Amino acid sequence: MSTAAVADKRPSTLQGASLPKWSPYAIVGGSIVLGVVIGLVGGLDSKIQWGLIAGLLYVFGTYGIAARVEGKRQAKDRVATSLVWVAFVVAVIPLVSLIWVTISRGVKVLDPYFLSHSMGVVADSEAGGGAYAAIIGSLEQVGLATLIGAPIGILTAVYLVEYGRGRLAKAVTFFVDVMTGIPSIVAGLFILSLMLIFDMQPFGFAGSLALAILMMPVVVRSTEEMLKLVPNELREASLALGVPKWRTILKVVLPTSIGGITTGVMLAIARIAGETAPVLLLVFGNPFINNNPFEGAQSSLPLFIYQQYANSAGANAAYDRAWAASLTLIAFVMILNLVARGIARWKAPKTGR
Amino acid sequence: MSKRIDVSGLTAYYGSHKAIDDISMNIEPRTVTAFIGPSGCGKSTFLRTLNRMHEVTPGGRVEGKVLLDDENLYAANIDPVAVRREIGMVFQRPNPFPTMSIFDNVAAGLKLNGSYKKSELTEIVEKSLKGANLWNEVKDRLNKPGSGLSGGQQQRLCIARAIAVEPKVLLMDEPCSALDPISTLAIEDLIGELKERFTIVIVTHNMQQAARVSDRTAFFNLAAVGQPGKLIEIDDTERIFSNPSVQATEDYISGRFG
Repeated sequence: MSTAAVADKRPSTLQGASLPKWSPYAIVGGSIVLGVVIGLVGGLDSKIQWGLIAGLLYVFGTYGIAARVEGKRQAKDRVATSLVWVAFVVAVIPLVSLIWVTISRGVKVLDPYFLSHSMGVVADSEAGGGAYAAIIGSLEQVGLATLIGAPIGILTAVYLVEYGRGRLAKAVTFFVDVMTGIPSIVAGLFILSLMLIFDMQPFGFAGSLALAILMMPVVVRSTEEMLKLVPNELREASLALGVPKWRTILKVVLPTSIGGITTGVMLAIARIAGETAPVLLLVFGNPFINNNPFEGAQSSLPLFIYQQYANSAGANAAYDRAWAASLTLIAFVMILNLVARGIARWKAPKTGR
Repeated sequence: MSKRIDVSGLTAYYGSHKAIDDISMNIEPRTVTAFIGPSGCGKSTFLRTLNRMHEVTPGGRVEGKVLLDDENLYAANIDPVAVRREIGMVFQRPNPFPTMSIFDNVAAGLKLNGSYKKSELTEIVEKSLKGANLWNEVKDRLNKPGSGLSGGQQQRLCIARAIAVEPKVLLMDEPCSALDPISTLAIEDLIGELKERFTIVIVTHNMQQAARVSDRTAFFNLAAVGQPGKLIEIDDTERIFSNPSVQATEDYISGRFG
């Protein structure tokens, strides 16, 4: 008997009933409608509750329908998929709404005037003025912090991966872990205590030092992971050519991982660019333009946002400036990220023919 | 110009684990010596002790003597970096530098050591690529990345990179195990040509390969898993494959053993 004849007599065990392709969309639509109806009938005020009800209906509805039509295993598969989607939506909603609110409120006063003028003698409750002093302050403080933090961080990671054996390496790893957990205000207080010892007034570079402390562990961690990804074979190939170890690291290991290291440094920069607490303690804030980070109080974008929001007694002009500065800060970090990705792509090992 | 190697009483450790025990052998200049033996018997470890690559592994430690033309490589004042310039190495998996072009890969040994003249570089790269039988395939794309080549081409690129620094001895650690038969043949032909200029030591799992390319063959074995590997015998390849003096060698070669 041929196999075709067998297949004709018995139904294939490989086929089963399955829901049509559009069913997930139908279930999503149905649960949203049901959620709204339940919300209206039950007189629930909060739209968040409506959404949660719709989400739960979606997950359970998917399971119920799929279990009846397709069977239990497929139903579990669909539930897993639906949970992933619900989690995705729950995660994206705050992000999108944050960006939406910041952009819609920020663009009101965000113009070349805002970016090129500082507050000066403009009162906090009045319209006008801008964030120029804060942008300059942010750029200088973050730039100096990067100049200090990134090299130390990268060199520490090189030590840990390429040379570190035994107790010292373990101790360094431990303290890097501890540093990762330092709250930013504590880093600020640490530098402040030094400033008080030497009887100094607030200045930009003090903020840079605190930011560098916060930046270092992040750079060490990410660089360490990137260096570990470099195949040992490349190191051995270079050593076997009679290249000294330090040159192997400089010319083979670091170039191979430069893309990832750059991304790590940029993420660390993004982290410290938004720090307010140490800047508040050490840089103090300044409505006037101060281009010198080594003398006199400066401003910075996060600090500017905080001060506009807190010190202006509810004046709309100040709120607008705070939102515009927020948008500037997000754009600043975003541009850095894009630059980092560009560098990573440009420098990444090429595989083309 | 190739050099001879005399090993006496060489023992190598990984931490406290003894990997190879008390190995002595002579390797003549301008010959191909093949190491055969079961996995884990210390062939590769022994090979790596010959250019002091063993100590790169954490915990790696060596006792005994390796004489390169009467100079002990493990003497106190010897610089391992200088040793590796004299004794080049080709690895099991092709490992061209991914950030570098084909040209830069071949020139890597010279460039990274910083001792080269720009005018000479082009000449040396061409000579090395020709020496590795790769020139005709890559001469039009020297500026393309080396990782874009096929596996066999990459391995020949690695051989070109190794011979560009003009070593005296070339160590090959299973150079063909990741390659197809055609690429393997290309590399075996190459080994035949290279032995005019270098002393070659090759580790292989392929006994036909050992029989085809080598003048002398060394058989390694280990008493049991966890025991250190030992040199059972070393002799002319013809003799090893026709009439070995130790029974274990014959068992291994004829397939009656592990």
